[in-house]
Amino acid sequence: MTTGAAVLAEGAASVQEVMPATGVFSWIWLLIALPALGAAVLLLGGRRTNTWGPIFAIVMVAGSAVLGIAMLLGMMALPAEERSIGQNAAQWVFVGAFKADLAFQLDQLSIAFVLLITIVGTLIHVYSLGYMAHDRDRRKFFGYLNLFVAAMLTLVLANNFLLLYVGWEGVGLASYLLIGFWLHKPSAAAAAKKAFIINRVGDVGLSLAIMVMFVTFGTVTFDQVFGAAGNANEGTLTAIGLLLLLAACGKSAQFPLQAWLLDAMEGPTPVSALIHAATMVTAGVYLIVRSNAIFDLTVWAAGAVIVIGLITMTMGAIIGSAKDDIKKSLAGSTMSQIGYMITAAGLGPIGYVFAIFHLLTHGVFKAGLFLGAGSVMHGMNDNVNMRRYGALRGVMTATFITFMAGYLAIIGIPPFAGFWSKDSIIHAAFEKHVVIGIIAMLVAGLTGFYMTRMVAMTFFGKARWEDGVHPHESPKVMTIPLWILAIGSTFMGVALLYWGNIESWLEPVTGFAEAPTPLPELAYGLITLAIVLVGVFIGWRTYAIREVPIEAPRGSVLTRAARAELYGNEVNEVLVVRPSFALSRSLTWFDTAWVDGTVMGLANTVGRISSGLRRTQTGFARSYALSMVGGAVLVALALVLVRI
Amino acid sequence: MNPSNYIVLSAVLFSIGAVGVLVRRNAIIVFMCIELMLNAANLAFVGFARMNGNLDGQVVAFFVMVVAAAEVVIGLAIIVQIFRSRRSASIDEPALLKL
Repeated sequence: MTTGAAVLAEGAASVQEVMPATGVFSWIWLLIALPALGAAVLLLGGRRTNTWGPIFAIVMVAGSAVLGIAMLLGMMALPAEERSIGQNAAQWVFVGAFKADLAFQLDQLSIAFVLLITIVGTLIHVYSLGYMAHDRDRRKFFGYLNLFVAAMLTLVLANNFLLLYVGWEGVGLASYLLIGFWLHKPSAAAAAKKAFIINRVGDVGLSLAIMVMFVTFGTVTFDQVFGAAGNANEGTLTAIGLLLLLAACGKSAQFPLQAWLLDAMEGPTPVSALIHAATMVTAGVYLIVRSNAIFDLTVWAAGAVIVIGLITMTMGAIIGSAKDDIKKSLAGSTMSQIGYMITAAGLGPIGYVFAIFHLLTHGVFKAGLFLGAGSVMHGMNDNVNMRRYGALRGVMTATFITFMAGYLAIIGIPPFAGFWSKDSIIHAAFEKHVVIGIIAMLVAGLTGFYMTRMVAMTFFGKARWEDGVHPHESPKVMTIPLWILAIGSTFMGVALLYWGNIESWLEPVTGFAEAPTPLPELAYGLITLAIVLVGVFIGWRTYAIREVPIEAPRGSVLTRAARAELYGNEVNEVLVVRPSFALSRSLTWFDTAWVDGTVMGLANTVGRISSGLRRTQTGFARSYALSMVGGAVLVALALVLVRI
Repeated sequence: MNPSNYIVLSAVLFSIGAVGVLVRRNAIIVFMCIELMLNAANLAFVGFARMNGNLDGQVVAFFVMVVAAAEVVIGLAIIVQIFRSRRSASIDEPALLKL
């Protein structure tokens, strides 16, 4: 197996030596501590912090962002092989051979996430100041947001799987709290529970993966596990890989655990932007890319990753094409884009870098799109139905321009960010297998279609506003973050690829390999662009030139299926919910009929005997006296008889 | 005189007392019958003391007298209280605690 040996060498090469933290890096723990402090103050401080709490939360996250930028600069000054920095903050779990510390690892991959989380997080915090201005529980909202940022930073900064798991659960908790933030709406409360429960399925995968790792390698620290990965047999590695994939599916809303993401849009829009588009849902991609040493060694798990990615990519795009709810359409798009990242992560060393590249650009432009959608909703009395929008480009100029930047970025028009990252993935997919490449290319066309549909229905065409709605531009505190994200959506791709040199930057962590392809890269770019333009044309013809009916037409079978989220909920209902209900019902029956029956039967028997015996207690003193005398006589007779 | 006659007398008195307790309804009479039973026992003790030629039985008889005196005090008090509240000295009537 020559290829296996080659892959093994690559896998081993991707484990970097960890340097002790000095200088600015001795403050790694502070990255997490600042937002954690913010959350603690806001959530424990109670109503006293109502007035200054939101500002305090923003300052905390911005502080983390500034610290993150300082660390990036510090890291850029270091030579490439010394950029993985470890810090052991405290001893945490120490039981027998099991050891997990509160230890952090900041390397080229983590810093990219830290910057995405803190910078986009800061912008969304600022935006929320305007968006949530009239909410009574504003303070609690900011507390939860800070909690989320702290948990997400823990997730990406951990140097072992157990601490990563803490962050993983923390973001799940924050997501649950924020989806259900308006818990007076039953739909929001149900969506929160749904997200939490489906995530739990994935979490079981992660916890099992950690257990298998500990049994196999005797440790859960990243560098030790990845360093020893080559010594494990392939079956174990495949098991670990598939369990990690299950975890990623839960958190990143990938098939078959995708059903929660669309319902999660019940949460306030800044939450959808931060958690359910830019950061938390990409944690699965982070997990797979971080564990590249394992996926490099197991063909089956990596293949499963690609298949899941392709399925979700297609499903998300189809769902996004049919939903009339602007946020749900964007959520479908998020699923689809994460599908791209997951596919790229499954491609192996040729794809990891591009998965992260697309993750970063997507984090920025999708956050911008979601915040733009929030701004539109803000002006439309919180209506999310795109069929009641239309012709908003004249009324909401700033939202329109920034949304267009995100639009051009996501469909991949050069020089906007998405072009560079998505085309890199499509190119890498063709290197792996032509079928993967073709699916990725066709979904890019679908992306062009559904995004054009969204833009056309919202900003172009005729006004289909409900009576009494007076659209207006959002306040500056909301549009300024939009402008910043729009600038990011425009230039980030070029900046990361040519100025930031992301391939060589991430190479020490993920490994990087370029394989020859039959066609030059430019050709793939042009073909993809042509397909995207076809999608854009169809979308434009259907939704901008023709009139959009206010009542959704019945549509074809596919449209109806897509509106029903491709029956994901129904499948869950039939395969999981109903069998569980049947099982619990039969267990209840067994419990009542047999367990309770035995206990209650025994008690009833004793009770019946007792009430029989009670009849002897007449309440007449003389009858008691008679029984005493009778007893005494019997005793006396017995004594006499014994004597004789 | 044969001391065993005292024992027989004692048994007869005790039986009369026991029957009285069982058949009479008036609390005072029941009470008197109990006293009769106690004194029958005393008589037996004294009789046995005589038969055995020591004083142990007589000592026990004194103890029984003291206990009986105390019992009379408490018992009569209870009966008087019951009579005051219920205008009756029947021992079948106070059955309030019965279910």
